[in-house]
Amino acid sequence: MARRPSTPQVVFTHVAIVLVTLAALYPVLWVLKMAFSPGQAFSMDLSPIPTAVTLDNFRDVVGTTDSQGSWLFGRQLLNSLVISVATSVVGLSLSTTAAYALSRWNFPGREQGMGAFLVTQMFPGVVMAIPLYLLLDLFGLLDSLTGLVLVYATTSVPFSVWTLKGYFDTIPVALEEAATIDGASRWMTFTQIVLPLARPALAVTGLFSFMTAWNEFILAATLMGDQRSFTLPVVLQHYVNDHQTEWGHFAAGAVLVSLPVMALFFALQRHFVEGLTAGGVKG
Amino acid sequence: MISLVLGAYAAEITVWHAYRGAEEEALEQAAHQFSEQSGHGVRLVGVPSGAYSSKLETAIPRGNGPDLFIASHDNLGKWTTMGMIEPLVLSPTGHIPVAVDALTLDGKTWAQPLAYKSVMLLYDPARIDTPPTTTDGLIELAHQQVEEGRYGLAWQASEPYFHAGFMHAFGARALEPGGGARLDTPEHAAAMAFSKRLASDEGIAPAQPTGALIAQLYDEGRVGFVISGPWFTADRSRAIAAAPLPIVSETGRPMAPYLTVEGVFEVPGAADGSADFARYLALGEGAAVRSEVGQQAVSDLAIQSDAPMRVAMAEQARTAIPMPSDPDVANAFEALARSLRAVQRGTLTPEQGAKSAQNYYDILSRPLPPAADPRPWLVGVALLVLGFLGWVGFQLREPELRARVRRHGRDYLWILPAGLAMSVLVVLPFVTGAAVSLFAHKGGEWRFVGLANFLDIALARDWPVTSSLSFVFTLGVTILWTTVNVILHVSIGLGLALLLREPWVRLRSVWRALLIVPWAVPNYITALIWKGMFHAQFGAVNAILGFLLMRGEPIELDWFAQFSTAFCANLVTNTWLGFPFMMVVTLGALQSIPRDLEEAAEVDGASWWFSFRYVTWPLLKPALLPAVILGSVWTFNMFNVIYLVSAGEPNSSTEILISEAYRWAFSRGNRYGYAAAYAVMIFGVLLVYSRAANRLVGEKVI
Repeated sequence: MARRPSTPQVVFTHVAIVLVTLAALYPVLWVLKMAFSPGQAFSMDLSPIPTAVTLDNFRDVVGTTDSQGSWLFGRQLLNSLVISVATSVVGLSLSTTAAYALSRWNFPGREQGMGAFLVTQMFPGVVMAIPLYLLLDLFGLLDSLTGLVLVYATTSVPFSVWTLKGYFDTIPVALEEAATIDGASRWMTFTQIVLPLARPALAVTGLFSFMTAWNEFILAATLMGDQRSFTLPVVLQHYVNDHQTEWGHFAAGAVLVSLPVMALFFALQRHFVEGLTAGGVKG
Repeated sequence: MISLVLGAYAAEITVWHAYRGAEEEALEQAAHQFSEQSGHGVRLVGVPSGAYSSKLETAIPRGNGPDLFIASHDNLGKWTTMGMIEPLVLSPTGHIPVAVDALTLDGKTWAQPLAYKSVMLLYDPARIDTPPTTTDGLIELAHQQVEEGRYGLAWQASEPYFHAGFMHAFGARALEPGGGARLDTPEHAAAMAFSKRLASDEGIAPAQPTGALIAQLYDEGRVGFVISGPWFTADRSRAIAAAPLPIVSETGRPMAPYLTVEGVFEVPGAADGSADFARYLALGEGAAVRSEVGQQAVSDLAIQSDAPMRVAMAEQARTAIPMPSDPDVANAFEALARSLRAVQRGTLTPEQGAKSAQNYYDILSRPLPPAADPRPWLVGVALLVLGFLGWVGFQLREPELRARVRRHGRDYLWILPAGLAMSVLVVLPFVTGAAVSLFAHKGGEWRFVGLANFLDIALARDWPVTSSLSFVFTLGVTILWTTVNVILHVSIGLGLALLLREPWVRLRSVWRALLIVPWAVPNYITALIWKGMFHAQFGAVNAILGFLLMRGEPIELDWFAQFSTAFCANLVTNTWLGFPFMMVVTLGALQSIPRDLEEAAEVDGASWWFSFRYVTWPLLKPALLPAVILGSVWTFNMFNVIYLVSAGEPNSSTEILISEAYRWAFSRGNRYGYAAAYAVMIFGVLLVYSRAANRLVGEKVI
């Protein structure tokens, strides 16, 4: 039977939650305000509520065309989508099998392998951009979506392996043993039994890989040489330069860039909390 | 069909540029006209200005660059040494001489000049009738503006490019004619003192003036005079007028600004017709379009404009001094900028500022370490590889292990794809990058130096350990940064998770959804917003603090003037960015702790704290630890927040290791080897940390 909280406790808890939520949303509301206000100014007052509402900034950003008059924004949105979805797919296919092997089988080198995945998280990105550029150039993957997807997907592998392994650890082995007795191969057990059970963790890692690709701009700007192959974050950087910042356009672009991620976050929320549980508790 | 398209593609001339707005439009028109006349296709690619020069310098040497690119002349020296550009033949009489001078190096001309730009004295014609001709007059008029409730004068005070007018009027210069810089002169001190007087003592200028802020103040009619160039006037919503910069009353000499010349550069092996297009853009029709549509001050002498703005520009060009194209000027600028900020804030006197600028310049332009013999290294690396292989072979001699490997043979197939991808795309680039740490680079020259970079860093050879440039100092800051961040992330995340799991909390899923918003919005966006909110005069943070302290007006705190507050600004931003992840992880972990345990404890009379401490926490800890370790590694390398919020201010003291490495690579004289050595040391520190963390916890966490 649940204990009944006292009234002050209830009030205090709700006040605390509301305050923290307001603090968390305040800067974001500002982005919204600048996006919907006319002009390119940085909002300088306290209130995050726009005084005049217009869709001009969105119209400008969405309506960008190139010198031949083709619809640039649409092209770049498509690039972002294709790259991010492909990154999740490639990233997940690389990491699920690895995570499963690391979770289930005690082969020699397993410990070292897991250590190695963590260690790669410690590589500082600063030194890697130029070697990556040379490498992709060597393979002829420069300025191609494939090259960027491969780079992003591998970047997301360590976190995915870590999360997935933690989750696989919590799935009882008994189910798989039963299936093996019934004559199922390892691959069948993995795809038919384990993966469906791991849906929450797959959702979280998939989303993470998606975000890695969706938000990245330094590599995208270095590796892609053409407006038509730019992703949206690179385009956003265009609005912020040394001489002048087009805050209105930048904010409108920021809203557009954030919306899909936000939608995915909310859609996958249910899985989220569960998917990130890194084992240790349930096991 | 496809081959036809490709064929048409091949004949195209690709042009890179960083123009926006009217200038971009003019360029497009000119390209269109040229295509119609010549039959050559022209493909224009706008590159974000932030990444422009690094992109040029990576792409062109490897043959992935454009045929032509448009840029200002100040990197000319670097580009010729890198062999990135071809000399071009200019019309001998068509251009204003100063533009041709600026593009001339070693007796050759390196680009078709397009337009020249320099700063001028811009003013609001609605408020000011006659622009002043001396600085005394300027200060007087500026005070009048202040009395009328607006700022008198705004310019990007901490940037040497904008400071150049004062510098030259006091007889100082960034680089000496024979090479090198002398910044610790009385002339430099006097120029800095004058800049400080205008920027802060007189009370006529806004704080922390960035280009974007000044533009906005001007559009809102809140500033009378602006020192800036044609790029500033282009998109203004208020009327704006221009005059040449005034004479500095103290010395009687004119404020001579730097003149930059924008030109079209041709890359070696450029497509047919490239040189024709460059010439077309520079003179005649192309220049006319750029003048009319793009409002550029074109270098083509045949095109005169009587627009007042352009007349002022032409007049200013007479006193202006071409910006030096020696790559060393970047070091002098970096050193001057640092001192200017300190002097304007009052943390250094002008004399100290000049001395410190010289000191910093000497550090930035210090000679490369002596060359080392690479042969012992090659042998060493070969021995290491052999040793490793030998070790593996030795291990495999054990029949038991061999049997295990054989038995698990197929298991390796499961990690093969991930392992292979990681080795090629993560490990290989890192190892290559790390190998660079054995070399030193300065101004296009590479030298093998062995461990010299590491020794320089570890022993703080070039400056004292207490200097904000020393590795130990930055490491200390980084550890403090990581620790405080992780503590805040975990405690806030844990606190919220504990509150949000109570079944009696209303709208739980709504709060949970809203609280992860900071995580969902890309951090380079929100970091920029936070930077704006921490502005001393216009930021929301000071306004809110003023409101909370019941001052009735914003408090006046320059967040980036001292270490403590600048560090706090970074911290607030990163805490805001990072707590949702910990909250979600904790919620997940909490969900799997059976509530009955805690309730049983509380029914038995245990306090809330007791039941948390002895029931919940022990169950929670193992689930949180991996997240904490991973989170601390991420925070340790959190480049975006430091770079975008405090940018290392003041005096690069809030820099963390990763941003410090970035500075050495990209803004302090391209010391790639030195930066790579930093990166290797970062990696080493993290490796030690994760080992220690594992041992501390007493079990294998990750």
